[in-house]
Amino acid sequence: MNPVYYLYLAALLFTIGATGVLIRRNAIVVFMCIELMLNACNLAFVVFSRMHGNLDGQIIAFFTMVVAAAEVVVGLAIIVSLFRTRHSASVDDASLMKL
Amino acid sequence: MSFPLLTATAVLPAVGAVATAAVPAARRTAAKWLALLVSLATLVLAIVVMVRFDPGGARYQLTESHAWIADFGVRYELGVDGIAVVLIALTALLMPFIILAGWNDADPLETGSKRWRPTQGFFALILAVEAMVVISFEATDVFLFYIFFEAMLIPMYFLIGGFGDRAHAQGEEAASTQRSYAAVKFLLYNLVGGLIMLAAVIGLYTVAGNFSLAEIAQARANGTLHMATSTERWLFLGFFFAFAVKAPLWPLHTWLPNAMQESTAPVAVLITAVVDKVGTFAMLRFCLQLFPEASKWATPTILVLALISIIYGALLAVGQRDIKRLVAYASISHFGFIILGIFAMTSQGQSGATLYMVNHGISTAALMLVAGFLISRRGSRLIADYGGVQKVAPVLAGTFLIGGLATLSLPGLAPFVSEFLVLVGTFTRYPAIGIIATFGIVLAALYTLVLYQRTMTGPVKPAVSAMPDLKARELLVVTPLIVLLIFLGVYPKPLTDIVNPAVKQTMSDVHKTDPKPAVEAAK
Amino acid sequence: MENLIALLIAAPLLGAAVLLVGGRRLDAVGQWIGTLLSTTSFVFGVILFVDLLGRNTDDRTLIQHLYTWVPVAGFQADVTFRLDQLSMTFVLLITGVGSLIHLYSVGYMEHDERRRRFFGYLNLFLAAMLLLVLADNYLLLYVGWEGVGLASYLLIGFWQHKPSAATAAKKAFLVNRVGDMGLSIAIMLMFTTFGTFAFGPVLSHATDASEGRLTAIGLMLLLAACGKSAQVPLQSWLGDAMEGPTPVSALIHAATMVTAGVYLIVRSGAIFNAAPDAQLVVTVVGAVTLLFGAIVGCAKDDIKKALAGSTMSQIGYMVLAAGLGPIGYVFAIMHLVTHGFFKAGLFLGAGSVMHGMNDEVDMRRYGGLRKYMPVTFITFGLGYLAIIGFPGLSGFFSKDKIIEAAFAKGGTEGWILGTCALVGAAITAFYMTRVMLMTFFGEKRWQPDEHGHEPHPHESPKVMTIPMIVLAVGSVFAGGFFSIGDRFLHWLEPITGHSEGDSPISAGVVTGATMVCLIIGVGIAYLQYGRRPVPAVAPRGSLLTRAARRDLLQDDFNHVVLVRGGEHLTRSLVYVDHTLVDGVVNGTAAGFGGLSGRLRKLQNGYARSYAVSMFGGAALLVAATLLMRAV
Repeated sequence: MNPVYYLYLAALLFTIGATGVLIRRNAIVVFMCIELMLNACNLAFVVFSRMHGNLDGQIIAFFTMVVAAAEVVVGLAIIVSLFRTRHSASVDDASLMKL
Repeated sequence: MSFPLLTATAVLPAVGAVATAAVPAARRTAAKWLALLVSLATLVLAIVVMVRFDPGGARYQLTESHAWIADFGVRYELGVDGIAVVLIALTALLMPFIILAGWNDADPLETGSKRWRPTQGFFALILAVEAMVVISFEATDVFLFYIFFEAMLIPMYFLIGGFGDRAHAQGEEAASTQRSYAAVKFLLYNLVGGLIMLAAVIGLYTVAGNFSLAEIAQARANGTLHMATSTERWLFLGFFFAFAVKAPLWPLHTWLPNAMQESTAPVAVLITAVVDKVGTFAMLRFCLQLFPEASKWATPTILVLALISIIYGALLAVGQRDIKRLVAYASISHFGFIILGIFAMTSQGQSGATLYMVNHGISTAALMLVAGFLISRRGSRLIADYGGVQKVAPVLAGTFLIGGLATLSLPGLAPFVSEFLVLVGTFTRYPAIGIIATFGIVLAALYTLVLYQRTMTGPVKPAVSAMPDLKARELLVVTPLIVLLIFLGVYPKPLTDIVNPAVKQTMSDVHKTDPKPAVEAAK
Repeated sequence: MENLIALLIAAPLLGAAVLLVGGRRLDAVGQWIGTLLSTTSFVFGVILFVDLLGRNTDDRTLIQHLYTWVPVAGFQADVTFRLDQLSMTFVLLITGVGSLIHLYSVGYMEHDERRRRFFGYLNLFLAAMLLLVLADNYLLLYVGWEGVGLASYLLIGFWQHKPSAATAAKKAFLVNRVGDMGLSIAIMLMFTTFGTFAFGPVLSHATDASEGRLTAIGLMLLLAACGKSAQVPLQSWLGDAMEGPTPVSALIHAATMVTAGVYLIVRSGAIFNAAPDAQLVVTVVGAVTLLFGAIVGCAKDDIKKALAGSTMSQIGYMVLAAGLGPIGYVFAIMHLVTHGFFKAGLFLGAGSVMHGMNDEVDMRRYGGLRKYMPVTFITFGLGYLAIIGFPGLSGFFSKDKIIEAAFAKGGTEGWILGTCALVGAAITAFYMTRVMLMTFFGEKRWQPDEHGHEPHPHESPKVMTIPMIVLAVGSVFAGGFFSIGDRFLHWLEPITGHSEGDSPISAGVVTGATMVCLIIGVGIAYLQYGRRPVPAVAPRGSLLTRAARRDLLQDDFNHVVLVRGGEHLTRSLVYVDHTLVDGVVNGTAAGFGGLSGRLRKLQNGYARSYAVSMFGGAALLVAATLLMRAV
């Protein structure tokens, strides 16, 4: 099967993620969309790795996963504390750098 | 290694500034005396520089050179030619008078004020300006010059914005608003100029590969450094713009009246007599040496702008109601003469322009400081608030008149020599411009005498009837300036001897020779 | 001997410095210091004169080089003095009349609290005027030229508390500055033409230059002369200058400073000789002014202003003569000297009258003063006879020569100029007779002033009358002394050159015509002012009279065109500077302010909108990359 189709899929996933980031207000959903974009990137890396026949892309995919995991930890913590102080998970409510 | 005289001349006031700023709050008078002594010591050093300088010797003397930022070819290079020597002497000479005249200008308004030691700050800033101006005159490295050319804006900004005339007509609030307007305007104008110059400085580096004035000029002269015509013109414009703002040349002049109007008289003198001279000096040293061809290319435009400055400045001075603004516009007119002399590209013009810088410094200082004494007595800058002062304060009126006569270039006083040299120098190459510029002398008489008539003559106005005459400290400021004006008017040879060789060099930089007279035999 | 020349100037300069810097300590003796130093200068002058007389005619030029003043490349100005027959004549006139007037002022200014300063200014004037006539180059002459202008400014405005005096002083300086502009352009032209402006080389090589250049130099010198010597069109300051104390009017605005223009033209004779067009303009200016001044003099009721008109007119004669070239140079200077005597005498007489009349200047308030002030009457009368050219007195010899010379110019020009000079003589006789009759003859017409003080006319003290007597003696005998055996001609000829023109009419006819004019002028004046009582209030008068009272509307013209126009110009420029030039700057600043205000709105804090801009930017970059690839 032509690996290019996987690239199309990656692009589609990335676009879905990006759209979600732009139009959704719920911080959790935005967050998940970001994850989606990261995974789309991962997919693309892996495909490129396969296409070019070296392992660089796969290694970077691992790095991305690590970064994503770290990001989840920090990001979720921020969202939780935001929800505690503002009683809302909407990103638009947090438009100021203060309460 | 010999004693670094030039560095010392600049470092001494800088150290003095720090020391003055560090004087404890309660010891205000000590700070004043310290500043005065430092400025006097700097004057001594400047005189030593003048004496050690050999007019017949090398172009740049007393040179110092140390590597500084090696990666960019920036060096700490100092050296003075005849033009720089007299301007350093002027700067060092005026400082003690500026300090003495501003003796009480920065005392805290109420005793026990919580303000941060304004007196110490005032005198420290003045000394800081002196240090930077002196090093600007000395720097032969373009980058080094640029740094101090820009850095002097900082103390000037605080001097204009932080210290103004007492007893403002519209109350302290309005005064403070106008002051900060003037200070910001000063800063922005000069920053824009400096920014453009920075671009040109970087451009110069990319073309020449170093910042050394002497090296670049040399390479330009013997053809090893070729610049495309358009490159040279752009770089020239970048430099010239900054200097024209500082000088100030019409139509970049409008910051000067505001700045001079709002600052105290000594600071106004500092602006127009000292700081602005860096602009005209830099035209002579950098524009003409680095970009001779572009300078010649731009000459017609610059001459016309200078001519407009002369006439326009004088006409506006006639129309002013505020004494300080009037002096400011008069200065704009005089700067027109200086720039005219520089770009007329004749020996007389350039020697005249250099002398003009010195003489204008002294004459404006005399006029403006006396005006400051007058204003401090009555608490108003408006001409209409005065009248008949000569009756109650004849010495004040007399010194004011002498300052005014110097401003209108009366023969026998120093400015006449320089103004006439500029006119002759311009006339020999551009007769029409020379003749139009001559109208400036009629207008100068008009604004000066109108000012004198309205403030000093006529019936005594009630508000000035109890005005005291000049005090000993004030006389100490004015008398030496007047003596100098007369001395340099009668015997300017000591200055011309120093300046002439430098001008000759500059003339050969731009490959120009003086026009020959029509009838050779007469000489 | 040369070394004495600098002392001529140094003495009064020292006086000025001492008196002006000395302060109140010198108040009591200031007038004597001033007079002493002025007399010292006169004594030096006499010593030098005697020395010159002892020399050969062609060896009478002394040069003293003091030091190099402004050395810049080709521009070489030295402080060098030149004493020759021409400057010697002036030195004696200046220091002699100057000393007499110093003496007179001791009495005249006795009660003025600022007397010390007055004498300081007078000494300053003497120093500057001597510098003017002794300078050996035009730039140094320029220093003296403006120096006398400064002294004149200070002295006209001596009573500064009077706004009219302050205004008159300013006006005098400004009008003179216009003239000075001419001098400075002339010097620049000389520099570009000859490469120098020292008398020697310029005048000896004048003929090498093109006529166009010489004409330009000549016209610029004439402009300078017009300013200093109150010639049309720069004459308007002289009448107002009468605001100054009367001794000042006598010394500066009659005898010496105002004649500096004539000196300049005669000194630059070599240039004018080679520029006939410039000469023609000079004669025209002279002729116009001599009529202008005379007409103005007829209409003034203020005794000093009438005399000022007369001064203008008499200097017109001198300028006319100077414009005639070698025919007239000697006579211009001769008239200048005799005029110095009689006009100074007349002014001192007028001062004496005012002194006795509570400073009244309106001649309609005088009348019959001959009984009260006999000495003043006699000396003034002698001056009067001299100025109208009564046979045998000074004015007769000098003025007659000028009229002859004007005819001798030849051609139509000669006729026109000569006729003007003749008509001028008639008008001179008229207005001077008018002054004489209104002041010293007829009924007394003075009234109490607003405080109820009736003037008590009285003769002035000796210290004032002695100078008047000396000047009267000069007015009577100087002309005759100079003319007998053509003494003055032989004295000056080596410097100025001389040629007899070819007059279409003989000297005798000219003298006869002058006498007829004189009688007509005196006669009309007698009919109008001697036979009939003088009305206390001036009658409305004809159109010409009214115009002449206003200086032939010249001032009104200046006011409307220059003063008003200038005011409008400066006011509109102030507006332009504020709104346009500064407006552009402030507008730019405001523009940036507005722009940043807009841009700030983009920073709304919504994470999503930042995200949009990020994605948009990324998309743009990608698109750009693709586009570049495609291209």
